Amino acid sequence: MIWSEVETYSREKIEQIQLERLKETVKRVYEKVLPYRKKMDDAGVKPEDIKSLKDLSKLPFVTKQDLRDNYPFGLFAVPKEELVRIHASSGTTGKPTVVGYTQGDLDTWTECVSRIACMGGATKNDVSQICFGYGMFTGALGLHYGLENIGSTIVPSSTGNSEKQIMYMKDFETTLLVATPSYALRLAEIARSIGVDPTKDLKVKIALVGSELLTEAMREEIHKCWGEDVLVTSNYGMSELMGPGVSGECEYLDGMHINEDFFIPEIINSETGEVLPAGEQGELVITCIKKEGLPLIRYRTKDITRLIYEPCKCGRTFVRMENLSGRSDDMLKIRGVNVFPSQIEEVILSFNELGPHYEIVVEREGYLDKLTVKVELNVETDSFKELENIANSVKSKLRIVLGLDAKVTLVSPNTLQRFEGKAKRVKDLRSK
Amino acid sequence: MTCKQLSVFIENRKGTLSKVLNVLSKSGVSILSMSLADTTEYGLLRLIVNDPDTGKKELSNAGYSSLVSNVLVVKIPHVAGSLQELLEKVEKEDINIEYMYGLSIENDDAYVVFKPSDAEKTSELFEKDGIVTLTPEDLLKMKL
Ligand SMILES: [Zn+2]
Repeated sequence: MIWSEVETYSREKIEQIQLERLKETVKRVYEKVLPYRKKMDDAGVKPEDIKSLKDLSKLPFVTKQDLRDNYPFGLFAVPKEELVRIHASSGTTGKPTVVGYTQGDLDTWTECVSRIACMGGATKNDVSQICFGYGMFTGALGLHYGLENIGSTIVPSSTGNSEKQIMYMKDFETTLLVATPSYALRLAEIARSIGVDPTKDLKVKIALVGSELLTEAMREEIHKCWGEDVLVTSNYGMSELMGPGVSGECEYLDGMHINEDFFIPEIINSETGEVLPAGEQGELVITCIKKEGLPLIRYRTKDITRLIYEPCKCGRTFVRMENLSGRSDDMLKIRGVNVFPSQIEEVILSFNELGPHYEIVVEREGYLDKLTVKVELNVETDSFKELENIANSVKSKLRIVLGLDAKVTLVSPNTLQRFEGKAKRVKDLRSK
Repeated sequence: MTCKQLSVFIENRKGTLSKVLNVLSKSGVSILSMSLADTTEYGLLRLIVNDPDTGKKELSNAGYSSLVSNVLVVKIPHVAGSLQELLEKVEKEDINIEYMYGLSIENDDAYVVFKPSDAEKTSELFEKDGIVTLTPEDLLKMKL
């Protein structure tokens, strides 16, 4: 089901809405947000200069650093009294980034997530269990409001107490699961350990996964654990922009439709900042055109993707962004080679002899970077030859995919760390 | 007659071996014989125990990868060259001995645990030649 008629508007009509909203937003931030006005003045651009969508590229970028520099409310376009909600993303370094919502923003957010939930197959008949951590993180509440808005029954089970999660799933007959891809796998693992087979004993038919990138191999792995008939879609967002609901996959699983009446996407060369032609891969930059509290303009997401303008079989006309191939700041440079952890994940998941959990360690030995991939053994064997064969095949496949030699370490099942939120599987021990 | 052997994959990390042994002793599984072979990164612990199936179940619950497979526990006569004789017999039949280790018990007889490429065939071969192999019941009666 398509939630809103807007999702099927002609390109012309979408662009007309975008331009109108862009002009209004730029004018508003110029008037109300001092750091923006300064940035625009420095770049020599005035709100009147925005006459077409192409003029967007004249505007300066905003980065996470700008949010930190103006902590907590410096980039907000409304007085604090007008905010009805504050969220924050945990900063791994220094201050967190703070985001605020007016009532209008919450309504927009709910609308965006409602659309994405429908794309992923949700209906009012679903029982939706939200296994994202509730709290300052936007993921859980974002999905919560959207799924409630379409009329599904919410089970706000959050993360943790995983055995109880399985009990709820069974007793409430949960049909829709919201989780990170890695927590979805973890929950299936726990279900099995207490004698519940997710493919037979549970009724989950829809998985809306987000907050981590979903590789095709990971999607397959989720199918293996939860059943082939489960519709697994990924959705995308970040708290700076709103939270989940920026884009989501429809049932054709070929990229995530961006809610273009609220967000304008651009793809840039992340080194030069130059806007790339349609269809090329680069860093995603998003401009919020209907936000009241924190309307970020040309926000650099650091996510690497590609935009697909070709029409989608589902009937929606909104542009699609390819499922992420990585984040520019997740990218590891090992012996001069660019490596995305997702590439390593794809290799690991292609081996039935290995479990889906892994750990990547990068160290420096003398002057050389050393890459170690730790994987859990998923076979029972009494043969050194077989163990060696497994390690060697993983090694040679990694060499083909990455162009690098890695050390492969086999460990016992259930020994690597499990994650309930965003998985942190990379340990870069090189001093920067 | 073949007996069951319990093999456990262990990482070469301090304390792993004792953790595995702890899981077994807690679940009442006692060890009649063991062999530990390892590389720099991991090892395989091979055990003859009184209750291999319980051992495997408990190990798997504790997060260890283990395997139950068939081996032969063969009595070796106290005569020089008897082990060699046995090996030759097996090789003639094109059976590979993948590994073997001793079983030490409190009497004068010597026993060896054999892991042949084909346990059934080897068992039949030994039976025909009157070579004594222990049954699982014999093992239960053994004194450590
Ligand atoms: Zn579509």
